[in-house]
Amino acid sequence: MNGLDIWMRENPLTYVWLGSYAVAFLIFVIEIVLVRHKRKITLDQIRLLREAGEEE
Amino acid sequence: MAINWFKYSAPTTFYALAGKLIPWFAVAAALLMAVGLYIGFFVAPVDYQQGEFYRIIFIHVPASILSMFLYLVMAGYAALGLIFNTRLSAMMATAIAPTGALFAFISLWTGALWGKPMWGAWWVWDARLTSELILLFLYLGYMALHSSIDDPRRADRASALLAIVGSVNVPIIYFSVKWWNTLHQGSTIKFSGTSMHVAMQQAMFIMLVACWLYAIAVVLARVRSIILERERQTSWVNELPEVRA
Repeated sequence: MNGLDIWMRENPLTYVWLGSYAVAFLIFVIEIVLVRHKRKITLDQIRLLREAGEEE
Repeated sequence: MAINWFKYSAPTTFYALAGKLIPWFAVAAALLMAVGLYIGFFVAPVDYQQGEFYRIIFIHVPASILSMFLYLVMAGYAALGLIFNTRLSAMMATAIAPTGALFAFISLWTGALWGKPMWGAWWVWDARLTSELILLFLYLGYMALHSSIDDPRRADRASALLAIVGSVNVPIIYFSVKWWNTLHQGSTIKFSGTSMHVAMQQAMFIMLVACWLYAIAVVLARVRSIILERERQTSWVNELPEVRA
C-alpha cells in the first residue's frame, strides 16, 4: 500500500469530496463561466458589426 | 389548448423562450443539488461493504446516465436537422455536445475514484468503462469535426452523420454489463425492486434530476449564443435590446 492508499482509507469522506464532488462542481463552474463568456463575446461581435453597418 | 410546436422551432421565438426558462432551470438545479447532497451525505447510512466510498454514486450515476441520454438527444436533434433541414435542431445538437462530453468525463473520473479503493485500480479495460470512454471520444470527435468545417450548414450535416452512427454505442454501454462478464456491477435499481436503502435512492434520484436541470439550463444558455452567432445578419437579432444596449 502506498501513501495515497493509506490516506484515502483513513480519510474516505475527504477523498470522496475532494476527488469527486469538488472536481465535478469545478467543471460545472468552468462550463458556466465559458458559456457566459461566449455570450459576451458573441454580443460584442454583433454590436461591432451593427456599428460598422451603421457607419456605412 | 394546443401548443404550436412549429412556432418554437424557429430560432426567433426559441431564443426568447430559452431566455425566460434558463433562470428557472438553474435555480431548481441548484436547490435540488443542495437537497440531494444533504440527503446523500447526512441522511443516507454508511454502506456495510463499501463504507463511505459508495457516496461517489450520487454524482457518478447521474453523470453516467446523462452522458448517455444527452448523446441520444444530440443524435436525435442532429437527425432532425439532417432530415428536415431545420436550423434550430442542428444548433441544439451543437449546444448539447460540450455538456454531454463533460458528463462523460465526470462519469469516468468519478468511476476511477471509486475503482481505486474498491477494485484496487483506477482503470481496467472493462466493457462498461471502455464503451463509456468511446462515448467521450465520440463527443470530442463530434465537436472537432463540427469546428473544423467553416460553413456551418456543411458542418452540421457532416457532424450529424457522426452523431447518428455513434449512437449505436449507447445501448452497448447500457447492456455491456449483461452481454459480457464485466468487473463493473450491473444495475442496482431494477423494475423488480432494489436492495438499496431508501435514503440512498432518494439522494441519487434527486441528484439525477438536479444534473438534468443543470444540463437543460446550460444547453439553453449555449444555444442562445449559437443562435445569435448564426443569425447575426438578420434584423431581429439587431433589434434585440441586449444588442442595442
